[in-house]
Formats: sequence, structure tokens, C-alpha cells
Amino acid sequence: MGTNVSLEDKFQSYVDAEKKVEPKNWMPEKYRRTLIRQISQHAHSEIIGMQPEANWITRAPSLRAKLILLAKVQDEAGHGLYLYSSAETLGEPRDKMIADLQSGKAKYSSIFNYPTPSWADMGTIGWLVDGAAIQNQVMLTRTSYGPYARAMVKICKEESFHQRQGYEVVMKLTQGTPEQIEMAQESLNRWWWPSLMMFGPSDDNSPNSEQSMLWKIKRKSNDTLRQEFVDKTVPQAEYLGLTIPDKDLVWNESRGHYDFGDINWDEFYQVVKGNGPCNKERIAHHVKAHEDGAWVREAANAFAEKQAKRKNKEASAA
Amino acid sequence: MSTTNWKLWEVFLRSKNGLSHKHVGSLHAPDSNMAIKNARDVYTRRSEGISIWVVPSEEITASSPDEKEALFTPSDDKVYRHPTFYDIPDDVQHM
Amino acid sequence: MAGGWLNGVKRDFTSEEALKEYFFFLADDALMLGQQLSKWCSKGPVLEQDIAIINTSLDHIGRARLLYQELAKMEGGAVTEDTLAYFRDHLKFRNALLLEQPNGHWGDTIARSFFFDTFNFYLFDKLRSCSNKTLAGVAEKALKEVSYQAQWSAEWVIRLGDGTDESHHKMQESINRLWMWSGELFEAHPMFDMLDDSFVRFESLREVWLHKTGEVLKEATLVIPSPELWMQTGGRYGIHTSELGFILAEMQSLARTHPEATW
Repeated sequence: MGTNVSLEDKFQSYVDAEKKVEPKNWMPEKYRRTLIRQISQHAHSEIIGMQPEANWITRAPSLRAKLILLAKVQDEAGHGLYLYSSAETLGEPRDKMIADLQSGKAKYSSIFNYPTPSWADMGTIGWLVDGAAIQNQVMLTRTSYGPYARAMVKICKEESFHQRQGYEVVMKLTQGTPEQIEMAQESLNRWWWPSLMMFGPSDDNSPNSEQSMLWKIKRKSNDTLRQEFVDKTVPQAEYLGLTIPDKDLVWNESRGHYDFGDINWDEFYQVVKGNGPCNKERIAHHVKAHEDGAWVREAANAFAEKQAKRKNKEASAA
Repeated sequence: MSTTNWKLWEVFLRSKNGLSHKHVGSLHAPDSNMAIKNARDVYTRRSEGISIWVVPSEEITASSPDEKEALFTPSDDKVYRHPTFYDIPDDVQHM
Repeated sequence: MAGGWLNGVKRDFTSEEALKEYFFFLADDALMLGQQLSKWCSKGPVLEQDIAIINTSLDHIGRARLLYQELAKMEGGAVTEDTLAYFRDHLKFRNALLLEQPNGHWGDTIARSFFFDTFNFYLFDKLRSCSNKTLAGVAEKALKEVSYQAQWSAEWVIRLGDGTDESHHKMQESINRLWMWSGELFEAHPMFDMLDDSFVRFESLREVWLHKTGEVLKEATLVIPSPELWMQTGGRYGIHTSELGFILAEMQSLARTHPEATW
């Protein structure tokens, strides 16, 4: 038995004992790569996810709504930063992650490739998309990699306000004028299925899932999380008086869960591949901001160098 | 490294009087002054801290893990395996 | 006053009107800059600065709300902070023209903020002892935010001015381009005559502002434009640039499409 094998075995029993892996600990290279892929993808989702909501900040219909939306999008920037920060502990520089995002090598949640033509989308995103994200994130607070788990604890604490904010926006619409009620229903119609897709391919078609579960990076399967989400969300929609756009949706007494219709996986894979309504726009937006800011970042570095030199000069003159 | 990338800093916050500073994460900034300001904006959005420390990540030296866990012999003495310590071309796979 | 662009504007105010005007000056300034800065969201030069500029935008809009709420009380009836923000037309807006200038590039945004934040810092410092308790309270809270903002924008002016050749050139251009809108911040206005001395006269801040901005620009190795150059005014009387129409069209569109809705 080679040393390598025994290291990996020991790593597995370490993880099995629910101990956290820290940056300095030995870890299988594939564990490290898996984490970098997952954490950076998660970070990119937060960052790209700013765009569909930032779209409505300037048009928010009340000052209160404007402030809340702005604060929420700012949180997403913060969460992206926490996540980049934890991926960096694995030796992956942020600029490399960003380059991979911009080249299309790295992915982000496909949900953000859908447009936000309606104010109601600000509610629906908070309610469904953040709701789905929370489902996933609560699980990840117990993930085996320490810095990732700690980032998730912080994010979950802040994220709970997001879902409530979204639900409140939708609730106000459903209690409003006929036009507002129509806005809310129309938005739910568009976002429901993409939200279910957020949990990723079904368990039979999720190639990386098994190993991730074994390493306790993931703690629940895609289908389990999706079912939990549906079970939780259906009563919330009923409370609002909105109709979930799925004629196969029905409570299954024997399973103790809702049954729901088939997801259009063709659409899912097309959007993942880059053919969603906004894929190109989202990346172009990110690239433009990054390129427009290059002279600013460069100037800040140049200034910092000058300052450091001046300090050294002063110190040696003294 | 291109000059448009900012260096990495570790951030420590003291949340209230009587407690010590605690590591909360990292961020990028060109100098310590902006690192402090960025830390305020990023890590104290909900008034989590009354005092902030920032330290260049590359300046932190870390102990080795416990003897008991000698298995996990570290490959360097840094707290984090930060990017600045590695220079690996993009086309090298499985690194 | 001889004939000119501002020939037709209202220049006499009752003391009640004057008080409202003072509040509108501060509230509209804050809303306008907050609205403009919020457009940087997801477009900043680096993630950390995206977060920083959103913080500032939040501060401004938050302050605008406090002031509009007080104005709504003064107006009475069904007036709310939102009717003031969303259902007034350009003629009723009292913000200085500087604040409706477009974001441009990062240097333009920094220059605009730098001029305004420095003014705001001295203004709110003095307004803490205003006889109007609401205003004094707002000033107390605002001063903390504004001190930070003034430092943030001044440091960026210095960093860009004394950074690379490119950034130096760009920052100088931004300063030059926006300079003509800076003078309006210190414009004398007839409504001041109807208010007691604890309502800071904006013109009284001009000297200290010129001194401070001069110091910062010098440290930034930038040329200070002459204070004698022509300064464009009008905003305090509701006479605006074309920019404002677009800003309001965007900001007010949804609220005005559904005037009877609550959100």
C-alpha cells in the first residue's frame, strides 16, 4: 500500500469524523480542485447575480424599496467577496477566477441568465431564487472545508433578510391593484421552473455529486434539496393567492411530499451552455466594468508604490 | 503579475470592547489605508466591528499543525496557500 | 438683477417657504447624488469599490428620506416622502446642477463627489447647531457619514492625480470639466434672508472649501482651476440641465405608471 493511498484514506476518516479541513491541512488534489470549482462558481453567481437586480435600482418605485434593493445587491457583492476570499485560501487567485468567468471556462448559476423586465421580478428573485439558494447554503454551513463553511455561516445570517424582502415585495403586489397582482403572477410564471433548475441536474445525471457527498463538501443531493424547496414554497404561494405554473403539482400523501412535473432539461443545458436570453449580456457587462476599471486599479497600485518609496526614503533619512 | 491586480490582506475585527480581534476573511487593496477602508465597507456593513486590523497575507507566518496530526504536514509556513506563493502556468493541468 | 437665464425665477419667499426651500436644497442634493452613484452598482473598477460606492449611495438616499419625511409633515395632507421624490417635475427640484452631471468614468464620479463631499462636510459640521431640531439631528448623523465620504473621495483624487500618467491626465480633465458646476454650491440665495443665522449660509463655506480642495488638489499634483472662472447656476431655482429630465424619467417611471399603487 503506497503512502498516497494511506494519506487519502486518513483524509477520508478525518472528514468522516466531521472534522473541518483547514487550508494548511493535507488534502487530495481533487478535493482542492472540486472546492475551487464549486466555491468560485458560487462566488461568480453572487457577482453576476447583482446585474438582474441592479437593473431596477434606479427605477425602484419608492425610496424605501430603493434602499432595500440597494442594500441587498450590496450584500451580494459582499457575499461574492467572502467566497472569493475563501477560494483564495486554496491557492487560487481572484484574478484567475475572474479570467475564467470572463472566458466562459467557469460557470455561474444559470438562473441569472434570465432577464428582469418587471419590478415584480425583484420580489420573485428574493422569494424563489434566494429561497433556493438558502436551501443550498444552509447545507453548506456544515461543509467539510473550514473557510467555506465559515463564509457560509456569515452569508446565511445575512441572507435571511433577502428572502423576506422578496416575499414582502410580492406580498405587497398581491395585495395591490389588479395590475400589480397580474405582475406578481406573470413573474412567478417565468421564474418558477428556472428556480427548480437551480438545484442542478437530477441525481442520476450529476457526475460530481457522489464524490462531493463522500467528502462532505455537499451534504444533500440535488433532488433532495429540490424536493425540500418545492415542499416549502407551495404553501407560501398559496398564502399569496398565486398559482404555481405546474398542472402536475399535487400533494402526495404516501410520500409526504409534493409531486411535481418534469423539468425541461433541454432548456437547462442550453442556458448552461451559453444560450440563455442573457448569457452574453451578463459576461459583456462584467468584462466592460473590469476593463473600464483597469486604469483605476493600475493607478492605485502606482500610487501605493510611490507612497511606499517615500516612506522608505523618510525612514532612511531619519 | 499584472499591475492592475491589488494585493491580498487578511482582515481582523474586534466586535466589542473586551474581546480580542478575530479573523474574518480577506480582501484586495493596493495599500494599508485602502485595505482598512475596504474592510470597513465589506466586513462591517452591519456594524460588526469597532476596531479593524489588516495585515498583508504574505506577512503572516503560521505554526505547523499539532504533532498528533503530523499526517497533515504543511508544505509551507503560511496560514493560507495564497496565490502569491505559486506561479503555475494556466496550461499545467491537475495542479 | 439684470436680464439673463435666470431672469424669470421666483426670488421672494415667506419664512415658511424659505424653510422648505432649505430642506429641498439638502434633500434633492442627496437624492440626486444617491441616485447617480447607485448606477455604479455592478460596474465599479473592483469589487471592493463597488461595495464602497453603494455604501455612499445608501447614506445619501437615507438622508434624503429623513429630509423628505420632514418636508411631508410641513406640506401636510397626503404628501409623503415618495410623492416628493416621484411626483415632482424638474421645475420643482432644487438640487445643485453639479449633482445631476453624468457619472462619466471613475475620475468624473470622484471629482463630482469630491466637490460635493467637501462642501457637505463643512455644511453638516455647522448645521449641528441649527435652531431647527430636525435639521440639527440630521446633521449630527450625516456628519459621521460625510466625514468618511469626504475622506474617501479626497483620497481617490490624490491617488488618481498622483498615480500613473494616464490617471493624472484623466483626473485633471475631470476636475476641469466639473469645475464650472462647483460654484453654485456657494451661491447666495434670497431665501436665506428669511431664516435665522443658524441656517448655514452656503456662501460662508466658500473660503474654507477653496482652501481644502486646493490642498487636496496640490497633494494630488493637479492644477487648481481658477475660482474666478464662470460658474453655471440655476438648480436652486429649479432651472436645470437636460440631464435631469432623463434622471427623473428613469427614476419616476414605474411609480408614475401606477400612481394609485403602494409598493
